[in-house]
Amino acid sequence: MPQTQHVGAERDRVDGPAKVTGHARYAAEFPVDGLLYGVIVTSSIARGRITAIDLDAALAVPGVVQIFTHRRRPESDWYKHDFSDDVAPPGQPFRALYDDVVHFSGQPIALVVAEEFGIARHAATLVKATYQAATPETDLQTVAHYTPPKARNGIAPPPARRGKAGDAPLRVEGEFRTPFEYQNPMELFAATAVWDGDDKLTVYDKTQGVQNGQNQLAKIFGLKPDHVRVVSHYVGGAFGAGLRPQYSLFLSAMAARALERPVRVVLTRDQMWSIGGRPATIQHVRLGAGPDGKLQSIEHDAVGSTSRYEDQQENIVNWSGLLYPAATTSLGYKLGKLDLVTPNDMRAPGAASGVFALECAMDELASEAGIDPVELRLRNYADRDPAEDKPFTSKELRAAYRLGAEKFGWGERNPAPRSMRDGHELVGWGMATGVWEALYVPHTARATLTADGKATIACAASDIGTGTYTILTQIAADALGLPMEDVTVCLGDSKLPTAPVEGGSWTAASAGTAVHIACSELIGKLLEQARRLNDSPLGAAGRDDVVLAAGRLQLRGDPAKFVTLGDALRAGGLDHIDAEGSAKPDQSVAEKFTANTHSAVFAEVKVDAELGVVRVTRLVIAVAAGKILNPKTARSQLLGGAVFGLGMALHEESMLDHRFGRFMNRNLGEYHIPAHADIHAIDIVFVPEQEDHLNPLGVKGVGEIGVVGTAAAIANAVHHATGVRVRELPITIDKLLPGL
Amino acid sequence: MRASSTDLPATIEISLSVNGRRHRLSVRPWDTLLDVLRDTLDLTGTKKGCDQGQCGACTVLVDGARINSCLALAVMKDGAEVTTVEGLAKDGELHPIQRAFITHDAFQCGYCTPGQICSAVALIAEGHAGTREEIREMMSGNLCRCGAYANIIDAIEQVMGEQAKGGARGASRPDERTAR
Repeated sequence: MPQTQHVGAERDRVDGPAKVTGHARYAAEFPVDGLLYGVIVTSSIARGRITAIDLDAALAVPGVVQIFTHRRRPESDWYKHDFSDDVAPPGQPFRALYDDVVHFSGQPIALVVAEEFGIARHAATLVKATYQAATPETDLQTVAHYTPPKARNGIAPPPARRGKAGDAPLRVEGEFRTPFEYQNPMELFAATAVWDGDDKLTVYDKTQGVQNGQNQLAKIFGLKPDHVRVVSHYVGGAFGAGLRPQYSLFLSAMAARALERPVRVVLTRDQMWSIGGRPATIQHVRLGAGPDGKLQSIEHDAVGSTSRYEDQQENIVNWSGLLYPAATTSLGYKLGKLDLVTPNDMRAPGAASGVFALECAMDELASEAGIDPVELRLRNYADRDPAEDKPFTSKELRAAYRLGAEKFGWGERNPAPRSMRDGHELVGWGMATGVWEALYVPHTARATLTADGKATIACAASDIGTGTYTILTQIAADALGLPMEDVTVCLGDSKLPTAPVEGGSWTAASAGTAVHIACSELIGKLLEQARRLNDSPLGAAGRDDVVLAAGRLQLRGDPAKFVTLGDALRAGGLDHIDAEGSAKPDQSVAEKFTANTHSAVFAEVKVDAELGVVRVTRLVIAVAAGKILNPKTARSQLLGGAVFGLGMALHEESMLDHRFGRFMNRNLGEYHIPAHADIHAIDIVFVPEQEDHLNPLGVKGVGEIGVVGTAAAIANAVHHATGVRVRELPITIDKLLPGL
Repeated sequence: MRASSTDLPATIEISLSVNGRRHRLSVRPWDTLLDVLRDTLDLTGTKKGCDQGQCGACTVLVDGARINSCLALAVMKDGAEVTTVEGLAKDGELHPIQRAFITHDAFQCGYCTPGQICSAVALIAEGHAGTREEIREMMSGNLCRCGAYANIIDAIEQVMGEQAKGGARGASRPDERTAR
């Protein structure tokens, strides 16, 4: 690294002023001349066929311009093209308005387009569909469970069983269940499509991958990719819901092309349940250990839900072969097809569900063995990846247990359940381990420096609230020796240098490295210019001998020898200089090492002894995630992960009415997410961790890790408080009261 | 296409003062204050998160009181003084709450932020909240999916403390503060 001033230091979010003044524009907020408003009509059945759609009343409303259905859509061969996208699982992706088949309740079946939003909304209520309904199957328990015939790209199937089931002296076994959860970002999915003629398209979209959307639109409409631009400067949260292009993107573009006017389509909150979500799971965990608590066998089997038309897959059970070594390790993963929309990757996909089950089982084992839960994990600590027998790139989980326990005051814990009380409340302390992958994937960034000493960084990655604008500004400012105010970062535009979807906690490491390399390349090019000057003081200098500081390219060891930025550019007759840099993962690293982030989560709950109301009064999360680029924004990400995990533990559940195959609580009043009053003290502890293998910055990412383990720590604390084990999330009063 | 104009309710003339500027507007009876702010006046700082009064993203100040603008029809607010997040900064100076939100990193994606900020401004003016517990309770109509709650409370508490300097307000239990 060059001189460091900003990287590693707390810095305010650079997009802060735009966000606190309301000037940051999101997908539905770009003013466009001649805009039409599209409102989606959805199916009221979950399975069957549309027999007719009566549009007469809706079309008669003045101001309605057009209504699209599967029978009334532009004639073309679009629907013959590939609808898949960069992160699609195996199967046939859902195509809105494709035919008369209904795949799930809430499926879009018509798009009403009108001159005013109010008119479109009114007319949409007048659209009447009739159906030939079939009986939907939405109960994961009762449908057939199968091993997906084709693995999803990037999701490794469970490894083969190791060892034979033995007769361990200590055994715990349990069935764990997690419900359907929905990301519910605060911003509704929206897209505003603007055509320039018939072959150039711009869409302002809510997405985590502008180039994923760009490529899909180009394929669907038969356009050159560089004639499609998807813009998403600000994203009002996504949590995985925006990884795949959503149907609002396609519908807005289809309607705008047909009507030769811009069209904006915004989903309702109700319709946010028709775009994915975390699959429900049924899991069985069996642990066998010796009297000393050392694991002899780990068995973890999971069934996850998917749709009938795609095999969505996530890594639920592999963590159980990674976290602790055991002679016998048996992991299984199956799917069950339901008449629901295909799930998608919700924050910490797989790990949030699977590690919940494993870490609750570990707590049960600790109780069974009479061993402190932290001590049990230390006795089973994996110094190497037990599944692949490889070293970790870095792993400071042991320090995380220690620092987290110290911060929490874990040493004061009385192991007996129901041993602590605060007035009318039972008090419980629980803990769990968290783990996530440290991913590093190809990204490209461009750095541009002008003669007035202002830099621009460009990359197609998204900032969904994660702080990407800010950390890239810090990295560029340090590399180019500039104050942060002189660096502008441009993201979320498909015309910028290539980036994959923003997900998996990989953006900080990957986009960050690309920016770091681009800046370094830029300095190299600047040096070439500087050396062209007569009697250049840098005549003999190589790239590694110089740094850029305060507008001077100077010798690292002798700052008095320098060429100003202006002189260097003039030497080449330039007014600016730019360079691209790419993050390119070294395959040999992945072959030699396993790379993860880790955490130790400690929770205090207070449970009303008579009413069963649970409050999480304290959370401490100690996180080992390599280099922390900006402790301020990283802490916020982890606080957010903790809140997400708390919601998973106590609140979140999309409830199905199996008779209709329909979620009943499709709104924020009945799908509970944590509110202000639910959140008490949360401490984030950054555990120092030197990461030397993964990427030049030593960064691992913190977007997911705060979620993983949090629900288990809370569930374990609830057991400690009450003596009641609740193995089915969320932990609601009805599940606790019978045992109190 | 058939056209029967009887189906469409006639527009109604109203007057709204928004961030100190008076507007004569022609609205339909079904237009919400939220949609008029966003679509007619292009004041998109006020956010639509649920359109049914459950998330608080659309919070604005009407005659000084915080309301969910998605639950108010524009015609009901004829003659009202409306302040949106765009109207809080004065002469380029951020409102203390806006500054505190940046300092405490009280947002991530930024989408609930205008509603949180308008709600916080009103909360302080209401003068009912003294403790962190009370701030939490009285801010609970504003959801934040990124989970910035702890930082939002820190930001509000700081501004309350500054405004009540010398007074007894803004008390907090230090052990409940989140660690830096």
